Amino acid sequence: MTGKIPKILVYGYGNPGRQDDGLGVLLAEEIEKWTSARQFDHVHTDSNYQLNLEDAAGIAHYDLVIFADASREDIEHFSLVPLEPSEVVEFTMHAVSPAFILHLCSQVFDHMPRAYLLHIRGYEWEFMGQLTETARKNLNLATERVKNFILDTLVLSD
Amino acid sequence: MGQKITIEPVTRVEGHGKVTIHLDNEGNIEQTRLHIVEFRGFERFVQGRPFWEMPVLVQRLCGICPVSHHLAAAKAVDMIVGAGTGEGLTPTGEKMRRLMHYGQIFQSHALHFFHLASPDLLFGIDSDPVKRNIINVAIQHRDLAVQGVMMRKYGQEVIKATAGKKIHGTGAIPGGINKHLSEEERDYLLHGDDYMNIDKMISWSQDALEFFKGYHKKNKAVIDDFAEFPTSHLSLVRKDGALDLYHGVLRAVDADGKKILHDVDYQEYFRYIDEEVRSWSYMKFPYLKEIGKKNGWYTVGPLARMNTAEFIDTPLAQKECEVFKQYNKGKPSNKPMHHHWGRLIEILHAAEKIKQLLNDTDLMEGELVTRGTKQYEGIGLIEAPRGTLFHHYKVGEDDMITMANLIVSTTNNNQPMNEAVNQVAKRVMTGKIEITEGMMNAVEVAIRAYDPCLSCATHALGQMPLEFEILDTDNNLIERKFKG
Repeated sequence: MTGKIPKILVYGYGNPGRQDDGLGVLLAEEIEKWTSARQFDHVHTDSNYQLNLEDAAGIAHYDLVIFADASREDIEHFSLVPLEPSEVVEFTMHAVSPAFILHLCSQVFDHMPRAYLLHIRGYEWEFMGQLTETARKNLNLATERVKNFILDTLVLSD
Repeated sequence: MGQKITIEPVTRVEGHGKVTIHLDNEGNIEQTRLHIVEFRGFERFVQGRPFWEMPVLVQRLCGICPVSHHLAAAKAVDMIVGAGTGEGLTPTGEKMRRLMHYGQIFQSHALHFFHLASPDLLFGIDSDPVKRNIINVAIQHRDLAVQGVMMRKYGQEVIKATAGKKIHGTGAIPGGINKHLSEEERDYLLHGDDYMNIDKMISWSQDALEFFKGYHKKNKAVIDDFAEFPTSHLSLVRKDGALDLYHGVLRAVDADGKKILHDVDYQEYFRYIDEEVRSWSYMKFPYLKEIGKKNGWYTVGPLARMNTAEFIDTPLAQKECEVFKQYNKGKPSNKPMHHHWGRLIEILHAAEKIKQLLNDTDLMEGELVTRGTKQYEGIGLIEAPRGTLFHHYKVGEDDMITMANLIVSTTNNNQPMNEAVNQVAKRVMTGKIEITEGMMNAVEVAIRAYDPCLSCATHALGQMPLEFEILDTDNNLIERKFKG
């Protein structure tokens, strides 16, 4: 549609050592396997325990960013919604929200990628490296949704 | 009627803390306390796990400083596999770990200064809280914000190159390291474009120091008089007295600079340091045994390190260290806001060290691991960004952990933070009818100077916020204020 292939980043964050808190990171790993196998050079992944200031620099190179995180909210499987920038500063400030990162990126680097927030429902948060069974199912559903979303985005750009 | 003011949450720190300030009927400060009310569980949690898991397991304690825990645990486990203390590793093993550590110091200090502290300095402690944040720094001081973001990113790239990945890095293993630095990684960190090269990082570190010194000149009251109180200082130092953030002997000096802990081997730290439990906080209160519970407490972190170390072995940071020491007339600085000064000198030192190491071929070739005869106890200390970090493990015949004791930097700074809260509260709140946001922020600024990680200090199992409360002398709640 536009002729330009968009650069896409899937950024998962959370702690895989705390059971379902690792959902975002595991989603990024699944997408990485998928894109590597298909040699989608313009789709990248990244992950960390939590979002930090420097992620504003990281997302500045992309046209579309999907932030993936585990959620305690009462959602069915997962939710994928557009993300708006926010200058609200959270209390800990060692970690920051994706909306804040988006806003900081626009302020510091004069670029604001289109962004989406993917919340995947989690249930248990103990010191274990394994997802709960239900969270695993949610991860699989969310992964398929993100794959389709990326494919749709790429098709529309043709 | 007397009052008790509680500050909860304390903002721009990690974790959940609460400040209570008791006022008498005349509005005088009777008592102040920084309470840490999180659950402490990590030391129990690791018992029964195999010792070799510790470097990767304990870093899950905190998302802020996992690298410091990774390295302190690795140093302790080095002892258990018979590789000895810091000097026992191969040159490659030690230097790769040092590179990882300097990357951590660099990124953590950059985050603290640019993100957490600079809004207070740039806009004023009692400025509009809506504007007192990094976004406003980005709008009004764009260059500074770019530097802060990119310096963080550079430090993270150093960590990734040495630890293997950003999450649950596995670089440090019992007795050494599991990878060399590749030529590609070295060249990227040395000569990367888009700001990502070490010369730019050194130059920006110097700029940050100039910014601070310029601010200091114009705002001496904020930096020098904010909350001064006598304190001892403790850190690792190299055997010759140089600043060493990775390995050394334990030294403490008192408020006047007299040595009170004489360069002792940290494998015997328990002979010199103990921890006191107080009923109102989950965070313990460490102290030097010889001096006792009442007066044996000490400060750790950048300020303490500037006071304990005699010199710095990198030229640019050494020059800045001389300026610092000259300003304080050769005596220890007991001014909490000088933590920021020390932090910036250490950023520069870390950048210089990173450059030295990137040019060292030992990182790209050589033996990675040392092994020896198994021991049943290991202690690893490191100077984490926030101060001295202790990891102590005992293992059984089956290699499982039977005892773990972690004294993290923020725990070491427990009493100094309480003292700082007391000083500032007395200064800004005494006799005031209304407690303003600016006054509460002043108390937080004092705590924030120590860059505390409260989750870490209590080995907490989750994220928890903080609050302010006002109570009368009978502890009846009059008002509660949340800050966020």
